[in-house]
Amino acid sequence: MADGASAPPSDAREVVLGRIRDALADRPSSAAIPRDYERSLPPDTDIAELFVERVSDYRATVHRSTAAGLAASIASVLTARGAKRLAVPGGIAEAWLEGIDVERVGDDPPMSFRDLDLLDGVITGCAVAIAETGTIVLDGGPGQGRRALSLLPDLHVCIVASSQVVGSVPEALARLSPTRPQTWISGPSATSDIELQRVEGIHGPRLLDVVFIED
Amino acid sequence: MSGTAGTDRRAEHEPTFAGTPPFPEAARTALANEQLRANLGRATATIRTKRAAVVAERADWESLRLAGAAIKDEVLRDLPALLEQLERAVTDAGGIVHWARDATEANAIVAGIVREHDATEVVKVKSMATQEIELNEALRQEGIDVWETDLAEMIVQLGHDLPSHILVPAIHRNRTEIRDIFREEMWRVGRPAPDGLSDDPSDLAEAARLHLREKFLRARVAVSGANFAVAETGTIVVLESEGNGRMCLTLPEILITVMGIEKLVPTWRDLEVFLQLLPRSSTAERMNPYTSIWTGVTPGDGPREFHLILLDNGRTDVLSDTTGRQALRCIRCSACLNVCPVYERTGGQAYGSVYPGPIGAILTPQLRGIAKHPVDKQTASLPYASSLCGACFDVCPVRIDIPEVLVHLRGQVVRHSEATHRLPTAEAVGMRAAAWTLRTPRRLGLAERAAGLGGRLFGRGGRLRRMPGPGPVGAWFRSRDLKAPARESFRAWWRRTDGGRGGD
Repeated sequence: MADGASAPPSDAREVVLGRIRDALADRPSSAAIPRDYERSLPPDTDIAELFVERVSDYRATVHRSTAAGLAASIASVLTARGAKRLAVPGGIAEAWLEGIDVERVGDDPPMSFRDLDLLDGVITGCAVAIAETGTIVLDGGPGQGRRALSLLPDLHVCIVASSQVVGSVPEALARLSPTRPQTWISGPSATSDIELQRVEGIHGPRLLDVVFIED
Repeated sequence: MSGTAGTDRRAEHEPTFAGTPPFPEAARTALANEQLRANLGRATATIRTKRAAVVAERADWESLRLAGAAIKDEVLRDLPALLEQLERAVTDAGGIVHWARDATEANAIVAGIVREHDATEVVKVKSMATQEIELNEALRQEGIDVWETDLAEMIVQLGHDLPSHILVPAIHRNRTEIRDIFREEMWRVGRPAPDGLSDDPSDLAEAARLHLREKFLRARVAVSGANFAVAETGTIVVLESEGNGRMCLTLPEILITVMGIEKLVPTWRDLEVFLQLLPRSSTAERMNPYTSIWTGVTPGDGPREFHLILLDNGRTDVLSDTTGRQALRCIRCSACLNVCPVYERTGGQAYGSVYPGPIGAILTPQLRGIAKHPVDKQTASLPYASSLCGACFDVCPVRIDIPEVLVHLRGQVVRHSEATHRLPTAEAVGMRAAAWTLRTPRRLGLAERAAGLGGRLFGRGGRLRRMPGPGPVGAWFRSRDLKAPARESFRAWWRRTDGGRGGD
């Protein structure tokens, strides 16, 4: 047995910290961190267009919509995917689903994972989206629900407003709070584990439909 | 079928890297495997090209690398204070922090938590740290089933095999081999492979989805690693592609994260550097499909209990070496594997460690204590598993000068062997002769004249083929040719022609 197993765990903390201090006995010198990298995209970038292009690049499907035409856009996505039973987190605007013929399943009280697994899809909003990387970030805010909600159903319909799109990763982090649980999503679940051939759809939703509300 | 039904039909133990022969021997075996070489060659070439394309999109890539290296150096410099800060922040957010001096202690902590909750199985997200401590084997000995859920890790586990790449652990297997493993092994441990399963990657992925879904929905405890931990906020970050990470990190009631003490970044803002460096270097994407970020416990969303285990297991030995400590900047992207001419031909298993390739060649010997004491033959062979071509340094997103550390570790190997051998090794004699020769220009001149003479005697067509005679020199030439030394040395030519000004 190594010495670790016999001593009380509180000792381990002191031992490890002591070892680190000993290892740093040479007092390595401190230097300023150079941050010369770009924090935003060039000012003439059409961020909305870039977002749509990059999301599509990762084989999510993007549907452009106007604010007024949103319910119709969502309805056509759900019809095309044959989704009949849909998880709808709290905070989804009633107007988004107006007149749409699907069974809406709320999550209050929280449904079991097995029940969630049986639904056809989920509809959510998002906290922020990143144009350069084609990423959507969910942080459990209004209209997004807990993390399991956008994970177990096989179809994720995500509504993104153009005002939510930022250009770069640094800009997105600046808008987000580390205290909220986040899921960053860039395209549908994928693997390249078999001969490096990309396959969409392993454990997360195999279909990601982004409905993008243009100004 | 219950998940434990097939337990006793599985192999008695998880395979380990223990017993891997020294690198030259293991490499010879690997080189003889044509399937392996073909798979590796194709895979590494594909990912090299893709990485180059997404890196070229960023004109400021070098600035990102410089920032990444500097942030990681700051982490190492301020490690005690940052770890204490992380511990406070995680605790304040409802998490429980544990410290582990070594693998045994870390494994015991995990097993203790699992037992405390009367659980008999855990689902696992791919994690280098838990492979390093051989957690699966330790839990199995406690009667706890461990399910790897990353597709490649699952292929490795079901095949009673060892991983061969940090990012794509089953890179050595082709689709037909994988289909056969699924057909023969899945039913033993859960939902069987669908009837008539083909070797199409989409069908194989679907089989994995169905097989693992029942385990995700059932599991009460998950184990993960961490890509980054933010000291300032106590936030943990895990990057992945398949969604198995999200399943493990959000569905079970209990989450245990095992993380090396060097995986910190000081501030939330620092993630802006690494969330750009890692995906482009690793999977050659602008961003990986899924990144999960959480801080402690969030009521109503995800696990209700979160344990963070801070693991030393040799890292403080690495930190004590002023040249070698830069290896602790590593963010496990595996870009250095994909560009390495040695790795490309031998694959990862020849390195006899969970950390293969160039980074493994410098990290493994240090984690095994090479700075402090002599190491076994296999470990001592790793710093030589390189041609020192430098491609690894060029692609490293945190600018680890791997060739510099390799040379430094070779020095340690030679010093250890001098200290333990009464008769000096051939290499030590050679190095000492070289040092003597190079010490003064006169000695070098004499040696060059002798070499020029030798070249005229043995060189044919400008190549030295066999040097006559037994011993190490003869052995070296049995598998190599060397350009014959010029008849006149550069130094002699310079003297004779006044640096070319006096004509040829």
